[in-house]
Amino acid sequence: MTSDTYDYLDGNAAAGEMSKIFTMDVTVAEGQCAHCGATKRFAEAHLYMQCPGVVARCAVCEQVLLRLVSVRQRVFLDVRGLTYLSLDTAHLQDSSR
Amino acid sequence: MWRVGTVVALHDETATARTITLEVPDWPGHVSGQHVDVRATAQDGYSAVRSYSIASAPNPEGRVQITVERLLKGEVSSYLTQEVVVDDRLELRGPIGGWFVWRTQQAEPIQLVAGGSGIVPLMAMIRSRASAGGVAPFRLLYSVREPAAIFYRDELQAFSDHEHSVSLTYAYTRSAPKDWPRPPSRIDAALMANATWPSNLVPTCYVCGPTSFVESAAGLLSACGNSPDKIRTERFGPTGDRQ
Repeated sequence: MTSDTYDYLDGNAAAGEMSKIFTMDVTVAEGQCAHCGATKRFAEAHLYMQCPGVVARCAVCEQVLLRLVSVRQRVFLDVRGLTYLSLDTAHLQDSSR
Repeated sequence: MWRVGTVVALHDETATARTITLEVPDWPGHVSGQHVDVRATAQDGYSAVRSYSIASAPNPEGRVQITVERLLKGEVSSYLTQEVVVDDRLELRGPIGGWFVWRTQQAEPIQLVAGGSGIVPLMAMIRSRASAGGVAPFRLLYSVREPAAIFYRDELQAFSDHEHSVSLTYAYTRSAPKDWPRPPSRIDAALMANATWPSNLVPTCYVCGPTSFVESAAGLLSACGNSPDKIRTERFGPTGDRQ
């Protein structure tokens, strides 16, 4: 379509795929890159969707943070590129009671 | 979770872009800037999912509008812009995404920068501000190929004409209206500096468009002194058929 050298989207574009397996919106979570230590919102990651699945890379060092692949009736999730994800649960208080 | 929406209205924005209004009975409500996944299923069972930004402001009627630009070889966008008729049903997943959003309680100056169909989620923010009676100062810098490619032109003009409303700057990249002061070209540092809020007002910036556009615009905003923390971006295509 275009000859853009930039072939990634933002992490927020993964929200639909991630909602298959997470009950919370992971794209607003803060995550730490296991490679360079940068801490950013998942929505700010670089997202590659032209592969058989979704690959999120650190916006700072471009190393892989997360891979999510759906094959037939199974979803594979690889998060070894993230040291942690930190999610705000404040809005859950009403529904958890 | 997929919900079924019924098409209640169709409106052509340009020769290649169409707004589809859906009524979704159990729609949980959305925040401006969020998107929705649309699943189109052919009669042989083949289905494809695409993500579209929501164009409409949150509303109590459970109505959701998307504006779809027809892409070359875009199987889903061709279907949505050419074949869908009123009363058709579409499957929706969403609303999705809590990062690229503007909430009505935000009072700080807002800088919107749109490239082409990247206007869609930003229009939801403008509409949301209007329907909530908001007074947050909004500016929009909207880059388009040519005048005929503008989405929501009359509505934007009305917002722009109205006092205390949105200040609007067009940047034409291929052909500009007659007597337009600036020759057609991409947004450059000078235009970005002139048409956007001074960075000392600490605006929150929302940039949406094709990846290369977003890359360039976010860089220019940053060069104007805006902190990267205050620049939120949403890229689409060429990979995801995303609008």
